Amino acid sequence: MRNRLATKLLFELSQPDREGSRLPACDVPEQNIEDMLPTSAFATSPPELPELSEPDVVRHYTNLSTLNMSVDTHFYPLGSCTMKYNPKRNERLAALPGFSELHPFQPEETIQGMLQLLHELQQMLAEISGLPAVSLQPAAGAHGELTALMVAAAYFRDNNQRRTKVLAPDSAHGTNPASAAMAGFETIAIKSLPSGYVDMRDLHNKLDDQVGVLMITNPNTLGLFESEIGQIVNAVHERGGLVYLDGANMNAILGMTRPGDFGADMMHFNPHKTFSGPHGGGGPGAGPICVVDFLQPYLPVPNVVHDQDLYRLDFDRPKSIGQVRSFFGNVGVLVRAYAYIRTHGPDGLKQVAQNAVLNANYVLSRVRHILPVPQGNRCMHEFVATASQLKNDKGISAMDIAKRLLDFGFHAPTVYFPTTVAESMMIEPTETESRTTLDAFAETLFRITDEPSELLHEAPHSTWISRPNEVQAARHPVTRWKPAG
Amino acid sequence: MNHEELLYAETHEWLHLAEQNGDKIATIGISAFAVEALTDLVYIQLPEIGQKVAVGESFGEVESVKAVSDLYSPIEGEVIEVNESLADDLEALSTDPYGKGWVAKIKLTDEGGLADLLDADSYQKQCSDG
Amino acid sequence: MTYFFNTPQQQKEMCDAIGIQDVDELFSQIPAEIRLAEDLQLPAAMGELELTQHMTNLAARNYAAGQKICFLGAGSYDHFIPAAVDAIASRGEFYTSYTPYQPEVSQGNLQATFEYQSLICQLTGMEVSNASLYDGGSAVAEAVLMCLSATRRYSKVVAVGSVHPEYRQTTATYLQNLETELVTVPTPEGTVAPEQVAAVVDDTTACVLIQHPNFFGCLEEVEAIAQIAHDQGALLVQSFDPISLGLLKRPADLGADVAVAEGQSLGTPMQFGGPYLGILACREKFVRRMPGRIVGQTEDRRGRCCWVLTLQTREQHIRREKATSNICTNQGLFALRASVYLALMGPKGLSDTATLSMQKAHYAADCLWNTSRLGSAFARPFFKEFVVRDGNGQVQQLLNAASRQGILAGVSLGKWFPELSDCFLVTVTEKRTKSEIDQLATCLGSVNTPSEILHA
Repeated sequence: MRNRLATKLLFELSQPDREGSRLPACDVPEQNIEDMLPTSAFATSPPELPELSEPDVVRHYTNLSTLNMSVDTHFYPLGSCTMKYNPKRNERLAALPGFSELHPFQPEETIQGMLQLLHELQQMLAEISGLPAVSLQPAAGAHGELTALMVAAAYFRDNNQRRTKVLAPDSAHGTNPASAAMAGFETIAIKSLPSGYVDMRDLHNKLDDQVGVLMITNPNTLGLFESEIGQIVNAVHERGGLVYLDGANMNAILGMTRPGDFGADMMHFNPHKTFSGPHGGGGPGAGPICVVDFLQPYLPVPNVVHDQDLYRLDFDRPKSIGQVRSFFGNVGVLVRAYAYIRTHGPDGLKQVAQNAVLNANYVLSRVRHILPVPQGNRCMHEFVATASQLKNDKGISAMDIAKRLLDFGFHAPTVYFPTTVAESMMIEPTETESRTTLDAFAETLFRITDEPSELLHEAPHSTWISRPNEVQAARHPVTRWKPAG
Repeated sequence: MNHEELLYAETHEWLHLAEQNGDKIATIGISAFAVEALTDLVYIQLPEIGQKVAVGESFGEVESVKAVSDLYSPIEGEVIEVNESLADDLEALSTDPYGKGWVAKIKLTDEGGLADLLDADSYQKQCSDG
Repeated sequence: MTYFFNTPQQQKEMCDAIGIQDVDELFSQIPAEIRLAEDLQLPAAMGELELTQHMTNLAARNYAAGQKICFLGAGSYDHFIPAAVDAIASRGEFYTSYTPYQPEVSQGNLQATFEYQSLICQLTGMEVSNASLYDGGSAVAEAVLMCLSATRRYSKVVAVGSVHPEYRQTTATYLQNLETELVTVPTPEGTVAPEQVAAVVDDTTACVLIQHPNFFGCLEEVEAIAQIAHDQGALLVQSFDPISLGLLKRPADLGADVAVAEGQSLGTPMQFGGPYLGILACREKFVRRMPGRIVGQTEDRRGRCCWVLTLQTREQHIRREKATSNICTNQGLFALRASVYLALMGPKGLSDTATLSMQKAHYAADCLWNTSRLGSAFARPFFKEFVVRDGNGQVQQLLNAASRQGILAGVSLGKWFPELSDCFLVTVTEKRTKSEIDQLATCLGSVNTPSEILHA
């Protein structure tokens, strides 16, 4: 049951003079604070924070947590997000004080174990990607894209080439064009064929000497492996451009093929997807990038090097683009990725891909008679189905199905993305779901699509709230609690 | 304003031309057809007074919850007035698109763009042809 | 295998249901010539016990802050983290959930984020906060980009030299392909002279970037700098220390238009530099220029108060190349930790933390500056950090010697400021005791001759 009292806003729960913490008495000789700082620097009143006891806070948040779906509690077939199980051992290991309580500016001799771990991770990512040079610095996938595009820009500048364009398929994730804009490039969309693959003719038409980078997701957003990837890469390379692989879908190809082997020059990993980092309700992630040798000089500083039996941070890279954030990187996420890769080994990673692809194809084969998949009867780790027919026949939209699934204890698939497929539902089961769950999911879809559309339009019915009014939220934004008066 | 006497851009802006102290002033808005297609508008980004615009250039935006559409200037000129009341009354765009829902007034610096505009009948035909 | 469910028999049945011979058939989409012929060259798989032993050994080769006495700061701080922060953040319903795209099953995260935004507004005096960015450095860079578009001035940004060097570096990286000039005003005295800022700010300047308390721990004249910026139609971006707001005036009250911070000190462990929490709050009029996610309040169909992600048209998944930023991920879990921390601290706890840190830092400074070898670099009021000048100019040796005695004494500054190569930055939080500070003074005081250390 929802505890309505405990889930009031923190500010509404506040009571004057309640304390949730007590600091020790000052054990050094105290100075008058006005002697330390000018009076004008001080606030005239204490910070306007709520006053709560520890039990208030714990009960509040514990109750809030029960209003969430999560991987620990529910199946999350959210396409493109790779919501796999987040191993508990990774959490415990990342929390070891020897990892979690390290200051980023500690002397190198006091962090040799940390640096060794990061160095090994650099090597493992290089091996998995087939691209030898690695930067662990970017904080998320989109940040990795931006960093790599900055690396590309620095490379072209260094070689006196003026290249202003980035090409990306029209089905690409929105971060691709947004990252390109931030790195100073203009984005040109390449059409997808009805089959879902890159339109080679359109690619050739748009390729010119101004194109710096082609950004491609492979397997693509529709869950298809671009079988003409070799021709695509060659075409870009012939014009002097670079190929960037958006690694969002690496879960499908771990140990089966490597971006470096199919011609990518740069890529990012999403360790919070592929290597099981928990999503944290929307972060943190990490976005390490791997690049070909000739781009290494431009990678952000620092990275970890190993010489004379010591690991150290290398800042001495004169052509580096510099830092893209403060400190080394999202190390907590990287430690979990390390634990995940070491848990699986080469054979295990391959099985991750095999099971992820098997599970996706199994769901596809079970549901395609009610939710057709325009781009084929086989997929990699995910597929995009369409509710168009249902919408025409019964007035049931992808959104209706998504919302109704919540009533049955399933998180919704990604809906209305990619926009190249009408009424799209992007389903990615991941390798950590059992056939039992997948069958239950498929059968729930059958049941829902048989329900009266009026029932579905009002779904969900059993969640704590019904559909929120998003128009009101956007038209009159209320983004914070305000004190009365 | 009578929508049958207005001029329209293919990008769904309407335009009313008037003369004022020897200057040609265009009042610009969004057609009823377009407002309906956009559904549930939540915000309008108006141009700034004094802003110079060229034919086909974006001079503002309208947003629904999950989409953004540019407003394109049908003519070349300078923005001399904007409909500030829309910020608090977006409804006017749909309830009175050719009256209270006007967006901006632009003083023409060139008449080049006018020739490409459609009359009400032709615009109507464009909309119904989809 | 550990996290797979389907037995070989089930896999076989699934293949049959799909209508394929074996799983490999599903990979036929990948052209044969690029299929990996051999296994990846990776270390063999480990079970949980082995992995735990292996990683515990790696962790044991590091010295955690708890094992050495930590006087390091410079943007990452050893403040106390109450147990309830860990307890709440380690609930699977929080940390294994995804971005709240389905609000009906994400009200916990959405309300927590709405409360986070509210707490940040209360703390900074600003009218809107986003749901968080990656970290302090990228938050500064994003704030600067936001000012470029808000002012439509794309040619010049002025940064004060006492802003964290990595934040300035990150900003420079973000600007390097955008043809925006980053002008840095040097701070040889530890703080910036307002007239020097006035000399470079003009009507083409998008914003002035200042940190207060600054990288050296010193207080800046933010109000004067804000006035200079505003006189030229430029905005003021202030990077602040959230803990300092237990005592100091809020960014909004100092005239900042955008307030950004590294939020790590609010309940996030140092974990070698990340993941952290990028805080960004601003005046209401810039809300549609903000990067990142924002949660808003609304009602459901039954009229119940609830929360959703809102103003999404700013973001990359809708506006693509015209988005306010490419950011997609925020730092949800660390925004949650910050909220829990602030809720537990309350006004008194935060003031006490700030006061204790300041008292102890001043005691430490008095102890260190009274030794014959060490002195103060800047005669400026400071909060919880201060710069020490080594009269012998042997900073690295001094710090190494201290480290060997179990004390992480400070961060050497020469890497970023060649003119300060004889200086280091010392940070004191509420966690440091008098005894630890006395040990620091004794330790640094006892390191006598540089030659001795060089040959030690």
